[in-house]
Amino acid sequence: MNFLKSEKNREYLWQVLFTLSIIAFFTFILRNTQSALDKQGIASGFSFLSQEAGFEIGESIIDFFSDDTYQLALLSGFLNTVKVAFIGNILALALGFIVGVTSLSDNYLVAKLSKFYVESIRNIPLILQLFFWYSIFTEVFPSVRSALNPIGGVYLSNRGLYLVSFSDHWFFNILPLIGILSVVAFFFFKKRSIKSLERTGVARKIFLPTLLFFILVSFALWLVAGLPRELSWPTLAGFNFEGGVHLSPEFSSLLIGLVLYTSAFNAEIVRAGILSVDHGQWEAASSLGLNKNQTLSLIVIPQALRVAIPPLISQVLNLTKNSSLAVAIGYPDFVSVANTSLNITGQAVELVLLIMLVYLSISLSTSLVMNIYNRSVTLKER
Amino acid sequence: MNQVIEIKNLSKWFDDFQVLKDINLNVKKGEKIVICGPSGSGKSTLIRCVNRLEVHQEGSVRVNGIELTDNVEVIESTRKVVGMVFQHFNLFPHLTILENLTLAPMWAKKLNKNEALEIANKYLDIVQIADQAHKYPGQLSGGQKQRVAIARSLCLKPEIMLFDEPTSALDPEMVKEVLDVMTKLAEEGMTMICVTHEMGFAKQVADRMVFMDEGKIVEESSPEEFFNNPKSERTKKFLNQILH
Amino acid sequence: MFKSKALRTWCHKNLFNSKMNSFLSVVIVVILFKFLSYFYAWFVTNAVWIGDAAACREASGACVVFIKEKYNFILFGFYPRAEIYRPILCIVLLLSLVIYSSYEKNWKKCTLILWALLFLVSTILMGGGIFSLPIVESDQWGGLPLTLILSVVGIFVSYPLGIVLALGRRSKMPIIRIFSTCYIELIRGVPMISLLFMSSVMFPLFLPEGVVIDKIIRAQIAIIMFVCAYMAEVVRGGLQAIPRGQYEAAEALGLNYFQTMRLVILPQALKVVIPPTVNTVIGMFKDTSLVIIIALFDLMSTMKTALKDPEWLGFNVEGYIFIALIYFMFCFSMGKYSRTLEKKFNRKGTLT
Repeated sequence: MNFLKSEKNREYLWQVLFTLSIIAFFTFILRNTQSALDKQGIASGFSFLSQEAGFEIGESIIDFFSDDTYQLALLSGFLNTVKVAFIGNILALALGFIVGVTSLSDNYLVAKLSKFYVESIRNIPLILQLFFWYSIFTEVFPSVRSALNPIGGVYLSNRGLYLVSFSDHWFFNILPLIGILSVVAFFFFKKRSIKSLERTGVARKIFLPTLLFFILVSFALWLVAGLPRELSWPTLAGFNFEGGVHLSPEFSSLLIGLVLYTSAFNAEIVRAGILSVDHGQWEAASSLGLNKNQTLSLIVIPQALRVAIPPLISQVLNLTKNSSLAVAIGYPDFVSVANTSLNITGQAVELVLLIMLVYLSISLSTSLVMNIYNRSVTLKER
Repeated sequence: MNQVIEIKNLSKWFDDFQVLKDINLNVKKGEKIVICGPSGSGKSTLIRCVNRLEVHQEGSVRVNGIELTDNVEVIESTRKVVGMVFQHFNLFPHLTILENLTLAPMWAKKLNKNEALEIANKYLDIVQIADQAHKYPGQLSGGQKQRVAIARSLCLKPEIMLFDEPTSALDPEMVKEVLDVMTKLAEEGMTMICVTHEMGFAKQVADRMVFMDEGKIVEESSPEEFFNNPKSERTKKFLNQILH
Repeated sequence: MFKSKALRTWCHKNLFNSKMNSFLSVVIVVILFKFLSYFYAWFVTNAVWIGDAAACREASGACVVFIKEKYNFILFGFYPRAEIYRPILCIVLLLSLVIYSSYEKNWKKCTLILWALLFLVSTILMGGGIFSLPIVESDQWGGLPLTLILSVVGIFVSYPLGIVLALGRRSKMPIIRIFSTCYIELIRGVPMISLLFMSSVMFPLFLPEGVVIDKIIRAQIAIIMFVCAYMAEVVRGGLQAIPRGQYEAAEALGLNYFQTMRLVILPQALKVVIPPTVNTVIGMFKDTSLVIIIALFDLMSTMKTALKDPEWLGFNVEGYIFIALIYFMFCFSMGKYSRTLEKKFNRKGTLT
């Protein structure tokens, strides 16, 4: 058997055997599934998606009624996932950043409190925390009529969270648009700054012009709009509040749980990032006459972020994946809606695959975008 | 003829870059060869082709008359007759010195533990580290580590020893102890190929000098001729740089 | 003001070294005081430590009686009351073995044999059927023992699988490399509950007609499938930390691939990544709580069931704090252990 003595041939043989066993395994599974489905009389395929769903969805960004299709139901669930993941990630990153920095504070109480926060949150399962927050809303908070009002414009009750918001004026509706424009402006200013750095050796300011841009544009439009000032306050009307923004108890508890849980991990990452910056950097900065806060914000944090960004990306993805625990407290996210559809139609294979596909594409596209960003901030080294 | 290593028309590429260009070299039993040359000239790659740590693309390498192909059995049996000593020692840090030495005899040669221990102790004595047998590599000095590494290769009772810049990573005061061991090995008649810049050692031990540059063998001659009357300009320049 | 000078300097240095810090310190002390006095009132002054459900409903504080009444069910589920010493014994054995194994000097083969023994003994103890132990069917297993079984079996199967996957991802053979990479990335890209759904609704379809696998085993398979992908990435990190020279030296000594991996590379690589491995274990221990979604009676699930008892409605906070403490104790001690090891390894520099 000289054939088998060659390393290359051995590798070929291994791979052929491996491929064959994988094929055999999947054929086995597919055949069994086919016959089981035939027996139950379930037609495989995605044609059920265009049938009438027949169930309601608790909250939805798009209009959804029970006579709409499964397709629309799933889309509505998906948008709910995106909503909680988007808001949750912004808050979790911000909170994680704050806690991470304060855990290194020279104030003993502040540092200990941050560490206590991180340790207690990290070591308790997320689903337990979600149950806990949900029960706070449904069992501890009072009814709408006697809603708690800790600060002006915020009402807490067993119907959820009511917040004061801008009124429905066109100026307030286009504010997010100005925000997006400012982000574009930020990149423009950044490019200009880099160019100027290359030409003259002096970097031009980036944040200040961006901020000015945002303020000036908003102010100009505000003037044009005729100085709208009215806010929409939640006011008690019968058994419910009217006006303001309403967050359901399901959404609120999911958001609170996800933000607190993920922020503890983010805080550890930020902290580790700051600690990873060489001690010599602190010494060099203070020898240049920078004080502690300047050193932190100008020297240490920019370097720490470079270390922290890859693990932060995976936390962003973790929050997004963990938002699927919504199903446990009844927030209609994608998994929740898919689960309901599954129970009604019995299209188990299709729906579970759909869930996986959706999360996989979110994960892959997020890591793609973040990797591009990551590459742009990595230290230029030779 | 008694050629233990026959290298014929050997060429090797890393991607597009040709590291070895048509190398021919024969080594007789008991012969000591010293290979030198500027960095990046392909000397390490050449000796790593002899125990097939590197795979060549053209030409042939024969060890004891058997050509090295991708035949796994040939490769494994060749590695048991060709010992190698690395620049960075590459001792296994999670094993004691004694375990480092007995590993290959026990697993590659399937000796039992007592036989392996006997061999290991013998070679530890020869390199004069018997008292360190139960320490870990991290607790030894560079020179001691390299002597252990030599002993580790010898435990397989190889017929040929390859040395890949064995003293380059050492502090100056430790070079001698390693060279002493190598000289002793040479005196006992071991076939050796050494890549080294230790010219004193070369003069004392080498039967033949090989000078390489840009992937080619530029000059091949006896040590007297090599040091006193180098033929090529590049050799003269190299010797000038290294000796002064 | 202060009694000792040392205390005064300590306070000055750590609490009042700047205007901002003084302000923060005062605010925190006030908030902490308010919170603690509130908590004290809830947990001690207004709490019901002795009494019944009616007394609890009237009191404004914590209902400790609820936990006293229900802890047996929360911890051991539907396991027959008369036999409850059996899961307790299993847990005690498990914890002692965990503590024994945590010492570096016990990292050797005979510890593995002890673990194998533990599996055998626990299976007999939990299931019964021999040595005149009454049989307890696996659907009566629940609570903490189930959580621990899912975690411990999960670790022992997914760890070697993770190693195999990590080696596969670094293999020279393209098909094996691509398969391992795809599997790892696929699993890491989806949430754990999608795998649990798969185990509960899809696995039964995969099997030939008439073959039924227990629900616990299906969930266990899902957990293993999930965790081994994360383990693989941890192990891969360790493999990348081993210098090329180690592979070359092993090869030059005539060792084959399997010998090189088993004797030289893996012992070093796995040791480097013990801290992240422990973190993965903690994550998995927490994740076992998700099996509640497919209606398995783990610790979380028995808790939820206890909360639904009509006689004891409305004591969610007490219940959640109780099991939060259990989870916390397990996870915190593992985390502490992992940090201790990390510090030890860092101090030593090299591994021996």
